[in-house]
Amino acid sequence: MNDGERMGLPAPAAGLAHAVRTGAASAVEVVERHLRAIEGGNPAINAFTLVMAEDARRSAEELDRRVAAGEDPGVLAGVPVALKDNLCTRGVATSCSSRMLEGWRPPYDATVVGRLREAGAVVVGKTNMDEFAMGSSTETSAFGPTRNPRDTARVPGGSSGGSAAAVAAGFCPLALGSDTGGSIRQPAALCGVVGLKPTYGTVSRYGLVAFASSLDQIGPLAATVADAALLFEVVRGHDPADSTSLDRTGPPVLPALDRGVDGLGIGLLTELVEGADDDVVAAVDRAAEVLSGAGARVEEISVPEVRLGLSAYYLIAPAETSSNLARYDGVRYGLRVDAEDTTTMNTASRSRGFGPEVKRRIMLGTYVLSAGYMDAYYNQALRARTRIVEGFSSAYGRCDLLLGPTAPTTAFPIGEKTGDPLAMYLSDVCTIPSNLAGHPAASIPFGTGADGLPVGVQLLGPVLSEPTILAAAAVLEAASAGAAGPAPNRAAEGGRR
Amino acid sequence: MRAGWELVVGLEVHCELETATKLFCGCPNAFGKEPNTNVCPVCLGLPGSLPVVNRQAVELAMAIGTALACEIRPSTFHRKNYFYPDQAKDYQISQYDQPINVAGHLELPDGSRVGIERAHLEEDTGKTTHAGATGRIHGADYSLVDYNRSGVPLVEIVSAPDIRSAAQARAYVSELRAVLVASGASDGKMEEGSMRVDANVSVRSGPDADFGTRCEIKNLNSVRSVGRAIEFEADRQITLIESGEPVVQQTRHWDEDAGRTVALRSKEEAYDYRYFLEPDLVPLAPDDGWVEAVADLLGPLPAARRKQLIGLLGGEEALSASQADQVATVVELGLDGLTLAAAAAGVPVSLALNRTANEAATDAAAARRLESGSFASLLALEAAGSLTATQAKAVLSELLVEGGGDPATIAAARGFESLSHASLASVVDEVAAAHPSEWERYRTGDDEDVKKLTGYLTGQVMRATGGKADGKAVAIELQRRRG
Ligand SMILES: [Zn+2]
Repeated sequence: MNDGERMGLPAPAAGLAHAVRTGAASAVEVVERHLRAIEGGNPAINAFTLVMAEDARRSAEELDRRVAAGEDPGVLAGVPVALKDNLCTRGVATSCSSRMLEGWRPPYDATVVGRLREAGAVVVGKTNMDEFAMGSSTETSAFGPTRNPRDTARVPGGSSGGSAAAVAAGFCPLALGSDTGGSIRQPAALCGVVGLKPTYGTVSRYGLVAFASSLDQIGPLAATVADAALLFEVVRGHDPADSTSLDRTGPPVLPALDRGVDGLGIGLLTELVEGADDDVVAAVDRAAEVLSGAGARVEEISVPEVRLGLSAYYLIAPAETSSNLARYDGVRYGLRVDAEDTTTMNTASRSRGFGPEVKRRIMLGTYVLSAGYMDAYYNQALRARTRIVEGFSSAYGRCDLLLGPTAPTTAFPIGEKTGDPLAMYLSDVCTIPSNLAGHPAASIPFGTGADGLPVGVQLLGPVLSEPTILAAAAVLEAASAGAAGPAPNRAAEGGRR
Repeated sequence: MRAGWELVVGLEVHCELETATKLFCGCPNAFGKEPNTNVCPVCLGLPGSLPVVNRQAVELAMAIGTALACEIRPSTFHRKNYFYPDQAKDYQISQYDQPINVAGHLELPDGSRVGIERAHLEEDTGKTTHAGATGRIHGADYSLVDYNRSGVPLVEIVSAPDIRSAAQARAYVSELRAVLVASGASDGKMEEGSMRVDANVSVRSGPDADFGTRCEIKNLNSVRSVGRAIEFEADRQITLIESGEPVVQQTRHWDEDAGRTVALRSKEEAYDYRYFLEPDLVPLAPDDGWVEAVADLLGPLPAARRKQLIGLLGGEEALSASQADQVATVVELGLDGLTLAAAAAGVPVSLALNRTANEAATDAAAARRLESGSFASLLALEAAGSLTATQAKAVLSELLVEGGGDPATIAAARGFESLSHASLASVVDEVAAAHPSEWERYRTGDDEDVKKLTGYLTGQVMRATGGKADGKAVAIELQRRRG
């Protein structure tokens, strides 16, 4: 296998790890190069809320010592990885980009962080996000918006906008995000990187600060499909600390990457295409042609239940939010606004600590769970969710994967939708159904829109179909290399010999 | 109960389970540690932490369900949302509309039967202490929270409104405690908060009348409080109704010192808990094999154990009222093993029951630790006349302190040896010679004299023997000489 390739596919992160494991490059050099890239580029992008330079240097030195001693530190040896700031890091501030968690340092690492360290990855920092992952543009962050490296006047998408931008800007080849309604895939699409929302239960949520527990899933963002697959392989697996974690998390994905799509049935999902911009639809059509040319049987498929997704999501997610975020009461950690009595202290702390979008969802969620309204809203949404699962299930009786846009538009200008929550919510209309169903889906950069900005196409599949999704993604990636090409990883390229 | 009124009571009993660890994390389930030292991210509800159900807690809940003749069903957990500082997550994880145990009953010693609507799993909260004059969160100078208890597993046992008197309520709580101890689920220590009782109390004009408006009484921490609070509350409600005022549905607090209930909050102020399915947990679906395995481990329950003792005593008909009380006491305290061991060693059952209920029961905790073999051999010595009752009781106290030992050795060390028949006979002769006028009256007097003088002469024999003589043997010797 060549440096920077895996199964013949471009894989800068895998290449770096290979170089560090074989002694061809030192982890310290790799990390320093990326830290310099962050130092130079982050002020303009604001992808990081916290750069963990010293921690990263110490980890890199330790890795080099281990390599020198003949040890193999793992498949991500020396690879810089960024973490969305809702992943708990022991002793390191974890803010969810909210004032509410100001100064809070978790006493423990999230399960995925532990897995990254065991694989030799070097955590370089925590990335900016929409507050508590609620938003589609990274503009609700208490630390100010992240800018899209492709056009800094535009949003990177969200809520994992910092992670997507960090990869797109070449600050690090890999990043972890979380996806509750599209928060990995939509920013991946808007920034022109690969993002995978795995099957619910394949990646432990232990240490992921909850937004909507039944929908949240951690997943990889990377410059290429092979790197995303590699990161997924490292972080997934059963975790006894997460009761919703699956006992079996599916077959290995890496061997499937070069399997192609010959003989696969792929459905062009009508409901995802119908609301998207023309240039986005054109890219999806081209992707369908590529897959068809590679031997897939592509046909249009309608899953009408998918139209219920947005409404169901904006009842279920806020309901869980209202409960998950109740713990930020000023009593034990984070922001406290002192007051005469406990109730007033709770109210004052929450009023000052949460931003408007978080408050909006807490109020909405509290309302839909209230006595007298629960059946009309929350329970109705649960019934819609069941119907979406049934709709997908019948579609997957006819095809292996579904294809559609990741987002209806390319990256939009900063500030364009902040005054119109409903317009913002529509950014996730194509990604939400997979979260409600618990199914995996990935966004792959595929060409550009009329504005020259990246377009992401989305591949959706049934439970544990990650190998098939990533194999199809690899076909699209190879085909798009000529046109727009995968996102450059400048720091990594600079270091390749 | 005042004439013309019927009491209707349903009890909710929260029982702390005797598990090794808490319900959703690995913290030890321990009592009495320094505040906030027995905690972890999960029971502190820190961001990112997730609950995992403790298997042992589920098994104990199933054991309780089995012991209460419940149907054990697939179940789910919900979140009960409310803001309070002792609630680390500001919601409590509890079973709601799909509890693990439903539709059981508990049979009380008097034969009455109280329905069990449900017995479900939930987590305990932390403990708040409010500094200041009010002692409540409102108006406190400051409040302290200890999360050591946060996440301790509880089973809440909800009875049907089948209880009709304060005495029956007390009997229910006592019997339930015995069942919980017998099933290994609880240590039954109400004084330490291992069992906490809430009572739903209402009154009505008779068995056919509709239920009256009920009040829920909190903070009942002993069997005695349960009885007192229910009596007070029934009286309060009847007085209201008889003076033409309505009973307002509300939650009331039992003030043990003042001996009365005080209003806490009314129904209008009741919180909307916004229950919804806990998304961080998966449903519990114990299969038949698991349910049966738990049932197989369950030892005999109090009702069966009482039956066994009563059988040994010759059945219900042969039982005196005091023996019935003794049987109830030893079973409730978990001391019937001692009685059975002694009976198995050939000791008369009534003697074994006496010593267990009257002496061993005075220090039940020590008695539960006592080797039953030591207890049995002690009573065998007493039954054989080798030790007097007084001596046997003294040896038993020492056995209880030591937790066991050889009764014969202890008796010898204390110089306890019953007099032989020959030497007892000569002592009686000596006493007769030393008190000729009393002796004459004893031999020839009427019943009244005999009764009086038997006591007097026995006392003299006891004094002469330093208490070593057996009272029964003395009586026989005296009787023999009267002809
Ligand atoms: Zn704990």
